[in-house]
Amino acid sequence: MGNSMTDQTLTSETQTPPKDQSDKKPGIIRVEGMHKWYGDFHVLKDLNLTVDQGERIVICGPSGSGKSTFIRCINRLEEHQQGKIIVDDVELTDDVRQIDTVRREVGMVFQHFNLFPHLTVLENCCLSPIWVRKTPRKEAEASAMEYLERVKIPDQANKFPGQLSGGQQQRVAIARALCMKPKIMLFDEPTSALDPEMIKEVLDVMIELAGSGMTMMCVTHEMGFAKTVADRVIFMDGGEIVEQAPPHEFFTNPQEARTQKFLQQILAH
Amino acid sequence: MKKQTIDTRPAGPKPWNDPRVRSLFFQAIAIAFVFWGGWVLVDNTLSNMESRGISTGFGFLNETAGFGIIMNLVPYDATMSYGRTFWVGLTNTLLVSAMGVVAATILGFIIGVARLSSNWLVAKMALVYIEVIRNIPLLLQIFFWYFAVLSNLPSPRQSVDVGGALFLNNRGLYLPEPLTQEGFGIVWGGILLAIAAVVGIRIWAKKRQLATGQIFPTFKVGVAILVVVPLVSYLVAGSPIEWDIPALKGFNFGGGITIIPELAALWIALSLYTASFIAEIVRSGILSVSKGQTEASKALGLPNGLTLRLVVIPQAMRVIIPPLTSQYLNLVKNSSLATAIGYPDLVAVFMGTTLNQTGQAVEVVAITMAVYLTISLLISLFMNIYNRAVAIKER
Ligand SMILES: Nc1ncnc2c1ncn2[C@@H]1O[C@H](COP(=O)(O)OP(=O)(O)OP(=O)(O)O)[C@@H](O)[C@H]1O
Ligand SMILES: [Mg+2]
Repeated sequence: MGNSMTDQTLTSETQTPPKDQSDKKPGIIRVEGMHKWYGDFHVLKDLNLTVDQGERIVICGPSGSGKSTFIRCINRLEEHQQGKIIVDDVELTDDVRQIDTVRREVGMVFQHFNLFPHLTVLENCCLSPIWVRKTPRKEAEASAMEYLERVKIPDQANKFPGQLSGGQQQRVAIARALCMKPKIMLFDEPTSALDPEMIKEVLDVMIELAGSGMTMMCVTHEMGFAKTVADRVIFMDGGEIVEQAPPHEFFTNPQEARTQKFLQQILAH
Repeated sequence: MKKQTIDTRPAGPKPWNDPRVRSLFFQAIAIAFVFWGGWVLVDNTLSNMESRGISTGFGFLNETAGFGIIMNLVPYDATMSYGRTFWVGLTNTLLVSAMGVVAATILGFIIGVARLSSNWLVAKMALVYIEVIRNIPLLLQIFFWYFAVLSNLPSPRQSVDVGGALFLNNRGLYLPEPLTQEGFGIVWGGILLAIAAVVGIRIWAKKRQLATGQIFPTFKVGVAILVVVPLVSYLVAGSPIEWDIPALKGFNFGGGITIIPELAALWIALSLYTASFIAEIVRSGILSVSKGQTEASKALGLPNGLTLRLVVIPQAMRVIIPPLTSQYLNLVKNSSLATAIGYPDLVAVFMGTTLNQTGQAVEVVAITMAVYLTISLLISLFMNIYNRAVAIKER
């Protein structure tokens, strides 16, 4: 577990926000020597990463560097061809039941929300708890309302997604994922499709979520968010993890030339 | 420079540039043309019929028809009226259309889904089926099944014999006919009981799901009840069904139920042809649901089957239904190609023989057209009601 040891030392250096390490499980996500190809195209090259329970990871990197592909491998929306991915002690293989087990524990929020347009906000939130967790409908609805309150839109519960603004839709998508009471949340550029005035409302919800101790992996270009909540920032380029460090270190003292170049480019704006 | 007073009202367009005036004008012209055309037709027909001494009116419907029809769902013989030939033709049209709609829908959905299969061979076979079938004229396909396939079956004496009860030859497919005996009321009772039980279980299962979240396998249990209860009551009642088994009498079979080759050929051709269009509709319906929807559903832990059932199909249906409706309408209208192989549908019997014998062209054509129009409007109505039920509410 050499990998997880170095991660522990990295995380222990972070100050914001403090979290309780006592009953947290080390290595809830473990990626070992993982490779992925699209045909001949080698998208992900020898990725190694261990994420502990309650850790908040931000992944950044230039467009096409494989960030989305990587995060989608964690719940097997994409399959990897070599190496291991172990989520909450379940290895992701071709076994459909193991995949379903992992997906129940891993929530995901997409760039384009992907709410179900034929169902109301409340039905969107209850669908999976009812059919997958077999929660009684009354209970599922009550818990969905709690999460909708947490993302500050309980009054929209009976509307259809098409009747909401982008920011509201993304908050519903977060609530929908949370309704499954996942152990891990994955975010793939959750604010990139939003107008500037809506970005804040979504980021606020995510910051609140981070404060509650959720394990989070988040692909984002919001460097402010990374500085506030991340325990570790991971920089990817050309399908490789080039550098990882706690945010203050990452932003003030990047080690790799590629990271420096990337930071110059995005911080220039 | 002279200062001009500015009129703040927008200048009204000249009447011939005003879109409202224009559209009124063109609508008036169109209506005038329709009325003029209609008047010419009616006037012409009436004067023609008068000069040929043909009476008008629907009195002919009560006259004796005097010709035989090879297949009738309502009782018929040659001594009955022309009015009766109408019902025979209509029921035959409805039968082949209903059979065609059911078969084409099932086959079309299967092939449409197969077309999207990740299995290369399955997908390519579905593609070949669609491209071949939908690009050959339907009439040719009807001829193919009738003349090339069914006519080449063995003669009655060399019939294909399945277990001594089912016979296939070039005169048709002969099936045993169940004749209900005394005591069959018990079986009806069993069937009703089974249906009531299934409805009850459905309600109970839904209530329990609301209360405890457990999902009851309603479908499997329901099917089991629907099979077992009537079967048990059948045995209890002492098997009150006698089978009229077809038997060779002279040159042909008698008894049992006969499916004549005309019906079979028309049904097969209509179903296969329409299925190829429905398959494309189903495929595009499923493809219209974005990949993001499936991914979101999977990410929530819903397995593939539930993803298809709860997320993809409800959204695909609203894209599928309008073109599916027009395929059903096409199938009903295409069934009038029956005439070409002598299947006694409405067009063959009524617009064919009856019209030839009576010469009442206007009345017969008007009735027939009214029937097709009614069937089409009814189909559209039902499909619209269904479509409204599955429509996505937005804004
Ligand atoms: N289905 C696919 N088939 C083939 N190549 C793909 C596929 N999906 C992604 N790629 C390629 O893989 C590489 C990584 O894509 P990915 O979407 O993971 O990048 P990203 O880092 O998320 O970029 P962005 O910031 O633009 O979202 C890109 O070069 C992309 O063109
Ligand atoms: Mg991406």
